[in-house]
Amino acid sequence: MNKIIKYVLYDILRSRTVIGYTAFLFLMSFGLFNLESDPTKAVLSLLNVVLLIVPLISIIFGTIHFYNSTEFIELLVSQPINRRKIFLSEYLGVALSLAMAFVVGVGVPAMIFNPGPTSIYLVTSGVFLSFIFTSLAFLSSVLTRDKAKGIGIALMLWFYFSLLYDGLVMFILFYFADYPLDNITLGLLSLNPIDLGRVLVLLNVDVSALMGYTGALYKSFFGNWTGIALAFGLMLLWTIVPIYIAQRKFVKKDL
Amino acid sequence: MIINRYFRPLKQTAMNSLKLLKQLYPLPLTSVNGTLFPLFFLAFFTTKSAQAAELKVCKTCDFKTVTSAVKAAKPHDRILVQPGYYAESNIEIKKPLQLIGVGKPVIDAKNKGGIFQVETRNVLIKGFELRNVEVSYLRDFAAIKVYEGAHVTISDNLIKNAFFGIYLQRTDSCTVARNVVEGQARTETTSGNAIHLWYSDFITITDNKTSGHRDGIYLEFAKRSTIKDNLSFGNIRYGLHFMFSDGNVYTHNTFRNNGAGVAVMYTRDIVMQHNTFEHNWGPAAYGLLLKDISRSTISNNRFIKNTAGIYMEGSTYLHIEKNTFQGNGWALRVISSCSEDTFRLNNFMSNTFDVSTNASSASNYFSHNYWDKYEGYDLNKDRIGDVPYRPVSLYSLVVERVPSSIMFLRSFIVDLMDRMEKVIPSFTPEMLKDDSPVLRQHAYDHA
Repeated sequence: MNKIIKYVLYDILRSRTVIGYTAFLFLMSFGLFNLESDPTKAVLSLLNVVLLIVPLISIIFGTIHFYNSTEFIELLVSQPINRRKIFLSEYLGVALSLAMAFVVGVGVPAMIFNPGPTSIYLVTSGVFLSFIFTSLAFLSSVLTRDKAKGIGIALMLWFYFSLLYDGLVMFILFYFADYPLDNITLGLLSLNPIDLGRVLVLLNVDVSALMGYTGALYKSFFGNWTGIALAFGLMLLWTIVPIYIAQRKFVKKDL
Repeated sequence: MIINRYFRPLKQTAMNSLKLLKQLYPLPLTSVNGTLFPLFFLAFFTTKSAQAAELKVCKTCDFKTVTSAVKAAKPHDRILVQPGYYAESNIEIKKPLQLIGVGKPVIDAKNKGGIFQVETRNVLIKGFELRNVEVSYLRDFAAIKVYEGAHVTISDNLIKNAFFGIYLQRTDSCTVARNVVEGQARTETTSGNAIHLWYSDFITITDNKTSGHRDGIYLEFAKRSTIKDNLSFGNIRYGLHFMFSDGNVYTHNTFRNNGAGVAVMYTRDIVMQHNTFEHNWGPAAYGLLLKDISRSTISNNRFIKNTAGIYMEGSTYLHIEKNTFQGNGWALRVISSCSEDTFRLNNFMSNTFDVSTNASSASNYFSHNYWDKYEGYDLNKDRIGDVPYRPVSLYSLVVERVPSSIMFLRSFIVDLMDRMEKVIPSFTPEMLKDDSPVLRQHAYDHA
């Protein structure tokens, strides 16, 4: 398994896409921290990047990579290797390289310019999002044989999680404003990994605002260790569940 | 003749200064021209002749208790309480006295009533440690209570675990300085205020530290008083709380970490300058809550990390200038009943929301403020942005209506919504804008 991961990593490094991604992230974070006089403001700008770009790149790159390595996978399948292992190695190879790119590109500048819990949450959320969206990418590529269709599904998923979902929930909240919605909001938030990542960072940045109104409820929920553990646990679940489904499909699939 | 020769030059200068006084205050001095000068002398000699006695209180002195010394003392005597522990309560002071604690003697009421009760003029209470005043639901027991007194000075005392700390009722021209009042309040109903003023005028409250009470400093019907250099923190309700207290001046105070911040209500003509309001966090916490305040000036203050920097309701004709709002959830929450308020030359930095309102139209004026969220340009290089800044975002209106949606702060959809609204404003109040936003932060030395 390690050997396959190694080969996948080599392959990805050779294609230079990930190197370009790393350089882009690094330059951007470096630039933001130098441009903004207030490091917290730079973290907030970075948060936008983490929440938009990281899922997008992860899901697109994951899908494309899977389709491009179909032949390599077919070759491996012909060998006496467990299919599950092949699939998981492919996944880990891609996810690890993307997560590494993120840690180098965003984590290092963030830790240099703004060391503290906010940066730690930002980087952890980013790493989780890389894993989650690669996992979703593999799911969408297993679902269909057609490359265009697969990328289409991936894009739809990204669009849904980063924009549509929040819009829908906001609409629901607005429509049912007369009812007590605090706990429901909390539940709905956990159904979207991007929201989970965002909330974890917000609790460190916008404490003053979150302490008002119902925000205090969320603060008391996410602010203690059980809440944080739960949030990260949910994100872990978001990583495992799609890749598990995809793996089961892949094992039974007629390649 | 001789006297005249000696005193003529002196009299001359006195007359000159009188003339000057007359120019400044033309009315009452015209007739005193001849009589005022001898009066000065009379006053000088009388105070010199009335020499006050000194009474000492200690375990081995003539007076073993403060109560007995107070009883025995003649008016204007000085009582020096030596270091030690005195278990006494309800000490009534009905004649002008000076009570001075030497080396912080401790007076412990042992939860039986209050400690000092002053009911006269010209009293000094200084340098005591006062402990354990009874909590009562019927009477307002206080460590030091002044009732219908005047010119009372209360200074350098340490008051611990009192129901009310210092309580001034129907007094005037008193001074409360350099006291430390530490309470152990748990609920609002079982605790009193650290410094409490009721129908008191011309009071000076300076350099006190109040904590752990219901309200740090409480004024009701207290007029023309000065509250300066105090620190009020960790009180379970308000750091400062006043109602119907016109014409007061609050400067250089710090209000930190109080249950609900600072609340001021139903008052006019107040001046609040150089104060710091910080870390007042909670669902109903404010840096400064203004309710029905009018014709007042709030300037050079700092509002740092409060849930709402200033929350205002029914407040009119306010000048809010040169303040710094930093890291607040809402820098300003202006409820629709506010009008004719001016917000000039303030700094707004890293606040989650700069201004929120529930009004569709507003008649408040914003100008020359610095907004760190401003994204305009300055083509003519006059350091004032060429396009107006709209501090109310669409999302803040949404949050105002549906508080739960606060959890979508900084999500992509919210950013998108706010950008759309900035380009084509349709929901946010049209008139609420700063036409001349300043591009560089104002440099204020708030201290």
